[in-house]
Amino acid sequence: MELNTDTQLDLHHTMVRIRLFEEAAGQLAEAAKLPGFLHLCVGQEAVAAGVCATLNDDDQIASNHRGHGHLVAKGGQFRPMMAELMAKSTGYCKGKGGSMHISDLSVGMLGANGIVGAGVPIAVGAAWANSLRGRGQVSVPFFGDGSTNIGAFHEAANMAAALKLPVVFVCENNEYGEFTPRDKTMAIADIVDRAAGYGMPGVIVDGMDVVAVYEAASEAVDRARRGDGPSLIEAKTFRFYNHHGIQNLGLRYRTDEEVEHWKQRDPIFTFEDQIVGAGSTTREHITEVWNHERANIADAVEFAEHSPTPTTDQLLTDVYTISSQTAEVSP
Amino acid sequence: MTMIEAIRDAHFVAMEQDDRVVVFGEDVGYFGGVFRCTQGLQERFGNHRCFDAPINESGIVGAAIGMAAYGLRPCVEIQFADYMYPAYDQIVSESARLRHRSAGDFTAPLVIRMPTGGGIFGGQTHSQSPEALFTHVAGLTTVVVSNPYDAKGLLIAAIEDEDPVVFLEPKRLYNGPFDGHHDKPIVPWSQHPLGEVPEGEYRVELGKARIHRPGSALTVLTYGTHVHVSEAAAEESGIDAEIIDLRTLVPLDVDTIVESVQKTGRCLIVHEATVTSGFGAELSAMVQERCFYNLEAPITRVCGWDTPYPHAHEWFYFPGPDRIADAMRKVVST
Repeated sequence: MELNTDTQLDLHHTMVRIRLFEEAAGQLAEAAKLPGFLHLCVGQEAVAAGVCATLNDDDQIASNHRGHGHLVAKGGQFRPMMAELMAKSTGYCKGKGGSMHISDLSVGMLGANGIVGAGVPIAVGAAWANSLRGRGQVSVPFFGDGSTNIGAFHEAANMAAALKLPVVFVCENNEYGEFTPRDKTMAIADIVDRAAGYGMPGVIVDGMDVVAVYEAASEAVDRARRGDGPSLIEAKTFRFYNHHGIQNLGLRYRTDEEVEHWKQRDPIFTFEDQIVGAGSTTREHITEVWNHERANIADAVEFAEHSPTPTTDQLLTDVYTISSQTAEVSP
Repeated sequence: MTMIEAIRDAHFVAMEQDDRVVVFGEDVGYFGGVFRCTQGLQERFGNHRCFDAPINESGIVGAAIGMAAYGLRPCVEIQFADYMYPAYDQIVSESARLRHRSAGDFTAPLVIRMPTGGGIFGGQTHSQSPEALFTHVAGLTTVVVSNPYDAKGLLIAAIEDEDPVVFLEPKRLYNGPFDGHHDKPIVPWSQHPLGEVPEGEYRVELGKARIHRPGSALTVLTYGTHVHVSEAAAEESGIDAEIIDLRTLVPLDVDTIVESVQKTGRCLIVHEATVTSGFGAELSAMVQERCFYNLEAPITRVCGWDTPYPHAHEWFYFPGPDRIADAMRKVVST
């Protein structure tokens, strides 16, 4: 498939936005300005960008603990995202979700999730709702290699296949479940092998190649939208940083050589070489994109830093049940 | 010794003296656990006695039950108590009931360790205190530790116990006796008497509470992190509270509690978990049943608010020394 120039530039733009958001969040966490656990997806940008570029605005995604990139790619805005991470009232979830539970239904982002595998069946449920309404939407759960070991994934995959639902399962296989390599926790090398067990097609794609991801996702999304049922995409990728935080080298559970090997295949820089080489754009334009988005992220950080923290009377709002103690809560 | 080192030490002692003890969980083998509680065990005892499990809590606990029923003594780690829910079916439907439904033929001598509680900006899926979900289940022993000395002795006792033990470790206490003042520097366990942990084996008996601070004005029933937060509240308010560290919630040391409440005539219950149907409700009912005619004030609870653990309001949710001191004043002045 020969992608048109606009699509190529869009893919690049999205990856740059994800990278800059993640780097800024990492810096804020290092400076103790951003509370909570932070799981960055630097290195994995091509998967979120490539998949979400094939989706319509009203299609849905469900994400995991490493979810900022998915939201950016689905149309999330820097300001409310950064404010949410910093627990500010101007955040997407008024500061109640944070990094691990950020969501924005208006762009079809059902939520990051602090529980491994938990978002996968939720996306299957969204697909059922879509089928019932007959609007032709597609649901995409993003999850890691580690989550394919937990029951929730298997139950969701089986349900989606049995019910022939419009779901595209996207596994970002970055080779490590937290701090343990994949080969210590499963006997297969390829996650895609699991698809056959549920009667759905699966494909392996180079997760560092945004065009390859885009092409595989296009096919899977078309199939789901046609009513031909779910499929699974396994994107082989790598997170450049630690499971959480921004350390990348000198880690006990993986070698620096491995990190360097993958960084040589940086999904953004390799794609830039490709599109400049093909004459789709110029180095000057690429620099402009980076500078433009650097200004946007600086604006978002400033916005978040100057936003108010939620008042304490907000603590018991948005809770379903009325507590017998509600009256006692006062700032 | 920190609480992490004490827990690690308990593993070493138990594995050294009994080759039936096996340890596994997510990242616990090669990596040594995300909180480092199992560091060095795989090197010392090999891959067959300490190993990494996939991210599958139900599988971890289910496999541990099978091991336990067939002669091993598994001590497994659920990385955060918040990750326990997929395993809850195995814990409740299987581990807690094997002895009863087999009329004593089978037991499940396993320990399920879980870091619990908040105070580390973990948000709603890394901060919960689910102890009441276990105390409600007949057949489970539920332990919440508050210091390194107890952690080691209780963990050894738990591993030796013939039945399933849920072993909750407040992660905010791993490195020091947190008193609720989050803006003050961390006090290390090396500066606290309960951070003195003997070498080798010793046991702290399951089902026995400990009087953490003797006093006469009121009885405070608490456990885990809030043993230390309640102590700070007593010191700062000048109220002579008797603070009881329950240590084991089930079986509960009823005698120690009743004796104290009969002496003070007043009872305050403190825990971090949400208030409604929290373990404090059970404590309150028990004290009322046994000490009604000794009570000079209503039994009062200071607990977490009824909300998912908040990202933005950690220190408003967390029952701090000021809230506890206010409640102490109210209880003693009624």
